[in-house]
Amino acid sequence: MPWLQRSTLGLIAAGLTLGLFLSPPDYQQGDSVRIMYVHVPAAWMALFCYTAMAGASAAALVWRHALAHVAARATAPIGASFTFIALASGSLWGKPMWGTWWVWDARLTSMLVLFFLYLGYIVLAGAFDDRERAQKSAAVLAIVGFVNVPIIKFSVDWWNTLHQPASVLKIDGPSIDPSMLAPLLLMAIGFATYYFWVLAIRMQDEIMAGKIRALRLRRAESEAGDRSS
Amino acid sequence: MTPFQAFLSMGGYAGYVWPSFAIAALALGALLFASLRSRKATAAELDALETQAGEEASET
Repeated sequence: MPWLQRSTLGLIAAGLTLGLFLSPPDYQQGDSVRIMYVHVPAAWMALFCYTAMAGASAAALVWRHALAHVAARATAPIGASFTFIALASGSLWGKPMWGTWWVWDARLTSMLVLFFLYLGYIVLAGAFDDRERAQKSAAVLAIVGFVNVPIIKFSVDWWNTLHQPASVLKIDGPSIDPSMLAPLLLMAIGFATYYFWVLAIRMQDEIMAGKIRALRLRRAESEAGDRSS
Repeated sequence: MTPFQAFLSMGGYAGYVWPSFAIAALALGALLFASLRSRKATAAELDALETQAGEEASET
């Protein structure tokens, strides 16, 4: 997918240029606000990937479409990486701004739970010798774990915490200056095209691996047939 | 302080800003690299199997 590759690199290069050079420091947070340009897009993509994974898992269980399982499995490590980036960069932002690397508040804890849901999915999807059973159990985990997604989104409204509430996805429009919104959105779209780029690579990989399994199975069956005849 | 040094110091937050960007670059880069490598290996394996299957089919 050369166009996905090109748009990912272009968008992230533009986002970094605006975010690191052309956007102003925050009047309270100074230059530490630039952490936002990786932290917020990564957190958005962490939720986006989980939603995609749970949606694909539900489609796989309901319509039994083989590609749906493939899409969910291919999404999991990408979502886990975005969640890791959000947690790590959040911690690096929390230290200078809040005075602590970590607090067990609702937003941070529910993001950590999201990370463990991804890891649980990856482990479960590879845990059984019976592929069918492994995929089914992992799909059920992904769907049940989806309750965590709205909890993450609304945690900053439901509980009073150190973490600030949303300033972009608000009903009355973003309350962030265009000079900061532009790099934020460029990085977010760049992360989204990265997701689709790597998703395509991983899905092609999974589909070829499926063909290998089918070829091996056919060969094993024909050898067994040769011996019995 | 030169403008470049000022840029690198990130208003005193260099120790927090640069690691954030580095972690993101490393994580996304490593995942991309691993995905490309795995796809290449799988493609090679599939290719070998299909060639083998083709040869066996032409023998019989």
